[in-house]
Amino acid sequence: MATDNSATRWVGPLLAALLALCVGSCGFNESNVAAGNRDGVFHFGNGTEPQSIDPHVMSGSPEVNIARALFEGLVTRHPHTMEMVPGVAERWDISEDGKVYTFYLNPRARWSNRDPVTAEDFRWSLHRSLHPQLGNQLAYTLFGIVGAQDFATGRNTDPESVGIDVLDDLTLRIRLNNPDPYFLSTMGTYPTYPVHRATVEAHGQWTDRFAQWTRVGNFVGNGPFVLSEWKLNRRLVVTRSETYWDREKVTLNAVVFHPIESATAEEKMFRAGQLHFTQLVPLSKIPGYQAMDNSPYQQHRWQGTYFLQLNVRRDPLDDKRVRQALALATDRQKIVNTVLLKTEVPNSALVPVNTPGYQSPPAPDYDPQRARQLLAAAGYPGGEGWPGMEFVFNTSENHRKIAVVLQQMWQEALGISITLANQEWKVYLDTINEGDYTLSRMGWIASNLDPATYLNIFTSESGINRTGFSNARYDEIMLELAPAEADPEKRNALMREAEAILLEEVPLLPLYTYNSKHLVQPSVKGAPPNVLDVQNYKYISLDPAIPVWKGEG
Amino acid sequence: MWRFIGYRLLQAIPVILAVITVTFFLVRIAPGGPFDSEKAVMPEVKAALEAQYRLDQPLFSQYTAYLGDLARGEFGPSFKYPGRSVNELIGAGLPVTAELGFYALLVAVVIGGLAGVIASLKPNTAQDYIPMTAAMIGICMPSFLLGPLLVLVFGIHLDWLPVSGWGDIPGDKLLPSITLGSAYAAYIARLSRAGMLEVMSQDYIRTARAKGLPEWQVVTRHALRGGLIPVVAFLGPAFAGLLAGSFVVETIFQIPGLGRFYVQAAFNRDYTMILGTTVFLSTLIVLFNLLSDILAAWMNPRLRAQFGEQ
Repeated sequence: MATDNSATRWVGPLLAALLALCVGSCGFNESNVAAGNRDGVFHFGNGTEPQSIDPHVMSGSPEVNIARALFEGLVTRHPHTMEMVPGVAERWDISEDGKVYTFYLNPRARWSNRDPVTAEDFRWSLHRSLHPQLGNQLAYTLFGIVGAQDFATGRNTDPESVGIDVLDDLTLRIRLNNPDPYFLSTMGTYPTYPVHRATVEAHGQWTDRFAQWTRVGNFVGNGPFVLSEWKLNRRLVVTRSETYWDREKVTLNAVVFHPIESATAEEKMFRAGQLHFTQLVPLSKIPGYQAMDNSPYQQHRWQGTYFLQLNVRRDPLDDKRVRQALALATDRQKIVNTVLLKTEVPNSALVPVNTPGYQSPPAPDYDPQRARQLLAAAGYPGGEGWPGMEFVFNTSENHRKIAVVLQQMWQEALGISITLANQEWKVYLDTINEGDYTLSRMGWIASNLDPATYLNIFTSESGINRTGFSNARYDEIMLELAPAEADPEKRNALMREAEAILLEEVPLLPLYTYNSKHLVQPSVKGAPPNVLDVQNYKYISLDPAIPVWKGEG
Repeated sequence: MWRFIGYRLLQAIPVILAVITVTFFLVRIAPGGPFDSEKAVMPEVKAALEAQYRLDQPLFSQYTAYLGDLARGEFGPSFKYPGRSVNELIGAGLPVTAELGFYALLVAVVIGGLAGVIASLKPNTAQDYIPMTAAMIGICMPSFLLGPLLVLVFGIHLDWLPVSGWGDIPGDKLLPSITLGSAYAAYIARLSRAGMLEVMSQDYIRTARAKGLPEWQVVTRHALRGGLIPVVAFLGPAFAGLLAGSFVVETIFQIPGLGRFYVQAAFNRDYTMILGTTVFLSTLIVLFNLLSDILAAWMNPRLRAQFGEQ
């Protein structure tokens, strides 16, 4: 009868295991934020699991957030003033004609293995960043450098042909094709970060995307922090570097990057005191946060534009008057107020509003009367004879709401109907890259303040001008005149002219300028919201005297 | 018995081969590719990337090369995470998902089994209706609703348990295990109730009672073993289902398991990762089905005798 008890014998251990699960669980826990405030550990919500931490392989913002802790470029951005301040370079000269930059490196700059950071490190790293076999998707951002484009596209295989010269161990000279007033800020971006040659080569070819040099234990960087732990989909931890030249200024002992995709989950973690800083805030939660006293919610104008793409090759949008009518019949203020709960800024131009040093040309206001006239002139009086049109967007609740409002708005103002279709992201990219749409949406967020970042999208040569728009004067300005113009005032005037062409021709219909939105614990100091939405961890500190914000109820 | 196992294993080979083939070609047919981006990708860069992943070769030779990799136990490099192989990603996610699945199964068996047995002892009374109604609600309640509800109550309002994570803070394993296990607990409750009801009406139970055994001994020593056979048969597919279907719970609770990798892989068009995970999970499902068949045979003398004769 021994087997008779077999079933019952299981019950005891099962219950014990379940009990152990419970007992191990129900204890009082100190939150991440409370412990972090005390120990100087910053808990940062960072979107998705980073693809790579190799600065010449990465391309997304979670990766960049980490790279900024692990590496330092020649220059870096001050989080308060947004000005470029010394990074590895302690000073720099710019030639009269604006085409030659000479960087003087800080002799105290060190890699995390204590090797000095040299001008040759930068030269080699920039060659690597441009090398066609590495497949760096951001290599094009360095094409302002003499010979860079030819080298990156394989037309010239000699890296010496690129205009980067080492004058001595601590002096680097970079020659440009054209005077570029924003080149200094380019030299603070991650495609220009140096990587440690001996470490990279110890783990494979210099153009090997798969090399293991970025793993914990192998990694060598030159930033204020070093890599100390990387658990897939769980966390990536960086700790204060002992060799960083400006280590006295760094007050955080560690930053923990939490990969959290869902804004809802992130918000719950914030309320439970698990995060100092969230990457996102769910739209539906924002009014509640805005209404609070001492709210942890931070909103700031961001260098990003949400716009519709109009396929000018397709009927009925091949008629300029139809495109203009749609633009005039779009009440941006209403979209922002109703759908977006006033969390974004209406914008009728492509370049984000209040871009420093630049003023977009005026765009016509909301004018349904004039829109109806234009539509009638195009052959659709009161919407009569309208052939219909599909608006396609990538699946997202907010995009759908905006689409529905536009559908109603144009129906009421113009008497025309559009149908809505959503597609999963990669399917959507395929659709718009093939030009297989009539009307679609796009968001564009820039990592610098140069208006050209936006205006270059719509040149004939651009790989992301998906509208079929092509204009000779526009191309002349953006591809020849503006790049060659050394005077920033004149350069901006040229760009205003170009943008006016866009607003007249309407290959795109801008809707709003983005705001960045975060939840930030009150104990976090030195992380001001800013127009590029970047944080410089070197300046961040945590005040242990300030209690953890844990929400109300 | 061995012949049965061998036969079933042989049967599994064409099944898994079909899974590989269909998945391989399906993911390639899906619109959008791993290197599509809202940013402009230079043709030179795209060509370099495609060459690194053999995408520049004809589709059929990619397929045969992939089968060759599989034969060596290699799932290939991930498209999304350069420098990580699919083997490494599965290796990172599987222990977490398996642990979660194990706890969820524990929750399911203990809670479901107890509820089912209790209900079966007094059929059609309150003792039956209450647990069975709860089970019905459990089956109907999807995990994407139950999870956030549990988080709101126990994580935010009462502040007893962590709202997310896995193995970082004591107690963070409890809510996900309950969330994932509850739907299965409900099934097990219904299965064990039905099984027990059938067994309790058998002659040998009447004999046991006639011998003067107390009722609890009749249940634990005589009825349980027979009554739980349907539950055991359900355990194999259930565990496989827990492994393959935990992605919702993993997403709600930020658990670094296989399910999240799997779903992300599909969104990212990470061809090798989609394939690797699919092949791996389908192999597991086949194996677990086999295991539960063997276990059921071992517990059921009639089936055992049948295999013995073969």
